Amino acid sequence: MSLLKNWTSPFKLRDKGIIGMNRRNIRYIGRYNKRHLYPLVDDKLKTKLLAQKYGITSPQLIGTVSTQFGVKHIGDMLHGHGGFAIKPAKGSGGKGILIIERVEDDEFIKPSGARLSIEDIERHVSNILSGLYSLGGAPDVAMLETLINFEESLLAFTYEGVPDIRVIVFKGYPVMAMMRLSTAASDGKANLHQGAVGVGLNIATGAALRGVQFDRPCYTHPDTGHDLASLVVPQWDTLLHLAAGCYEMTGLGYLGTDMVLDRHHGPMLLELNARPGLAIQMTNGEGLRRRLDLIEQQPEGVPVAQRVAFAQKHFARRSELVSDEPTVTHA
Amino acid sequence: MSRLPFYLIVGLLLVAGIAASVHRHIQFEIPWLPGEQRQVWEVEAVINFNAQGGPVEVNLALPTHQTGYRVLTENTASSGYGLAYQGDERGRRAQWTIRNAAGNQQLYYSVQMLVSPEARAPIQAPPQLTSSPWERPYDTAATQLIERAWARSANNMTFARELIRDINGEAQGENARLLLTQEAPSALIVRLLNQADVQAREVSGLLLEDGRRRQPLTTWIQVFDETAETWSIFNPVTGEQGRPENLLLWEMGGRAVLEVQGGTNSRVSFSMMTHHQPASAAVRNHHSDDTLLNFSIHSLPLEEQALFQTILLIPIGALVVVFLRVLVGIKTSGTFMPVLIALAFIQTSLLTGLIGFLLVVAVGLVIRSYLSHLNLLLVARVSAVIITVIAIISIFSVLAYRMGLNAGLTITFFPMIILSWTIERMSILWEEEGPKQVLIQGGGSLLTAVIAFLAMNNSLVRHITFNFLGVQLILMALILLLGNYTGYRLLELRRFKPITEDEQTR
Repeated sequence: MSLLKNWTSPFKLRDKGIIGMNRRNIRYIGRYNKRHLYPLVDDKLKTKLLAQKYGITSPQLIGTVSTQFGVKHIGDMLHGHGGFAIKPAKGSGGKGILIIERVEDDEFIKPSGARLSIEDIERHVSNILSGLYSLGGAPDVAMLETLINFEESLLAFTYEGVPDIRVIVFKGYPVMAMMRLSTAASDGKANLHQGAVGVGLNIATGAALRGVQFDRPCYTHPDTGHDLASLVVPQWDTLLHLAAGCYEMTGLGYLGTDMVLDRHHGPMLLELNARPGLAIQMTNGEGLRRRLDLIEQQPEGVPVAQRVAFAQKHFARRSELVSDEPTVTHA
Repeated sequence: MSRLPFYLIVGLLLVAGIAASVHRHIQFEIPWLPGEQRQVWEVEAVINFNAQGGPVEVNLALPTHQTGYRVLTENTASSGYGLAYQGDERGRRAQWTIRNAAGNQQLYYSVQMLVSPEARAPIQAPPQLTSSPWERPYDTAATQLIERAWARSANNMTFARELIRDINGEAQGENARLLLTQEAPSALIVRLLNQADVQAREVSGLLLEDGRRRQPLTTWIQVFDETAETWSIFNPVTGEQGRPENLLLWEMGGRAVLEVQGGTNSRVSFSMMTHHQPASAAVRNHHSDDTLLNFSIHSLPLEEQALFQTILLIPIGALVVVFLRVLVGIKTSGTFMPVLIALAFIQTSLLTGLIGFLLVVAVGLVIRSYLSHLNLLLVARVSAVIITVIAIISIFSVLAYRMGLNAGLTITFFPMIILSWTIERMSILWEEEGPKQVLIQGGGSLLTAVIAFLAMNNSLVRHITFNFLGVQLILMALILLLGNYTGYRLLELRRFKPITEDEQTR
């Protein structure tokens, strides 16, 4: 019996509405995501241009570099900008992203305090162009964006890195959301399997439902010690509207949207994912199945505001973190 | 979206596959199980030469009944040639003749040899001793070699062994080197044995290994044991006495294996494969009527058959991969890399293969980690890894051979390009996700490869896939069905366990 204690039965999973890889691939990605639409989300530059066209806020584009010849002019391009980020358009998993917090006397200062010269910046851009960070080593384009000023109320919940919000959008309805908080264990990265804390969010309010680190429940941020129960994402409605609008923008039926909150500009779209993972079910303590089934019964062509309202009404939940004495005691 | 066409296709495949298999079973009496059967070797000799535009006469030595093997049937394919079998006390030969031939010519001879441990060679009288005198200064060298070996031996057998060691072994002396300038090693050994009044001859044999193609004959030395009145076989390189289990003697009369008159560039190469036949059918020859329904790999030339024996196993490997990934959820690096590794394991044997694979990948990862410092473009980097892998494999082969581990030589069967990509992928994985993921995916790949190997190396599976082509349709149907599976993977029952836990506490 002890051998089986780490295992559960498929019937229990089905009762909870948990979706497995196979079901996600066949029933949702295979059926709702048309292959020819993938490049729209796999190339961040295309996503960004599309987002601008559809009025979806995203970090402002300073410029792009697509030829090694253009690398020499990068200094002029950056002139007058304070902080900025350089990203490979086809990078994945946060690879090749260089953040410059501010510029002092021709020196570029990273958040860690390290100083880079313009030559260092040029070498980094040149590496991006030659495909060092792109999938399969294909030649790539470097994107230069203005820096995001993170919402201060959320900074207490993260260690070093960027807290980002993942919303699963199914047929245009936001169905489930979580926030990923980087920790010392995850080395400042927001990857759940590397030890970042995942916080399930109430679709109705943007308040935390429950926290999970390494698949186990957790109630405070392991590094900052901040109580997760007090976490509420500001401007939640705007964020949901943005996320839901990505359906019209891409045409992808089963979509993972990654958002961040800017101090001045509010929610912004960071990137899209046509094959979002299933860990969001762990952070919410709930399977996607029932929500997806409900959405599949809804008619097509419903406007964004109505879809968001529908989701907020049907997917509201009570937090497991606050005032629910029995759940706290078992920690 | 109706799934009806899908299930229709799957059903059709299943029915067609089962029907074809049952048809073969009933019509050709091919049993479902490989048991209660006799092993039969099919050996095919291909003679290649360039005819010079005139009359051609080709003379090929043929195998006869011998210890361990019995000739079942033989066939030739040679359009336009006259054919005659000739036999005398020194062996059998086939003679092809044609009045006029030009250009590249191919003649086929294939024979089925039944493995029967009780088979004995016909009694053969020892040949006349032929002794040709040596010229000076070779005569003294020869005499000295004989005397040295003679002094260290007790009878004909030990004398032959010592002589072989003196000529081919590490203790090779000046005399031996001098004589080797005049004769090939095995011919020299036989000549010296004859000179010392020991009856001996050179024979040509074929080492039988399943599925080998384009194999040459190897030379062996037979020495006549006067007390036991039998021939003993010696390995002319190591001096080892005794007949290897899988040695089929092809030519025993001390004559040339192939003689071609009227042609140039003649050579003969052999392909072979083994299969099992029911003891009763083993004697019968059922090549006779190949209709369309008898759509069988057995109607192909032997060389292609041997190739297909391996090819037809690949779907089994693919099924194992699909099963492990879709139903179990094992992560592998490179989807079908494990199948190719498993194919290599079939050649190398499991343990040697595992050790070899781990050695190559481990050393490759170390070298690749240095390459990543050089900031190379992908194609150049992988090419560099390929060269590294080839270098590692060469070094390991030489080292293994030096240390006397012949099994180490089989490391060359590994698909080098695939290994290079494996190293490249694992190295990237290491940099991005850390060594733990490398162990998980590397271990998953190896586990898949081992399971695929066990499935593909199983004699029942080999028997079924090779003899019943309909099974391929059944495999196809199974894989299609698996591709439609939306349930949980086995490992997801573990992954999602924490969610079900709170349910109970509430």
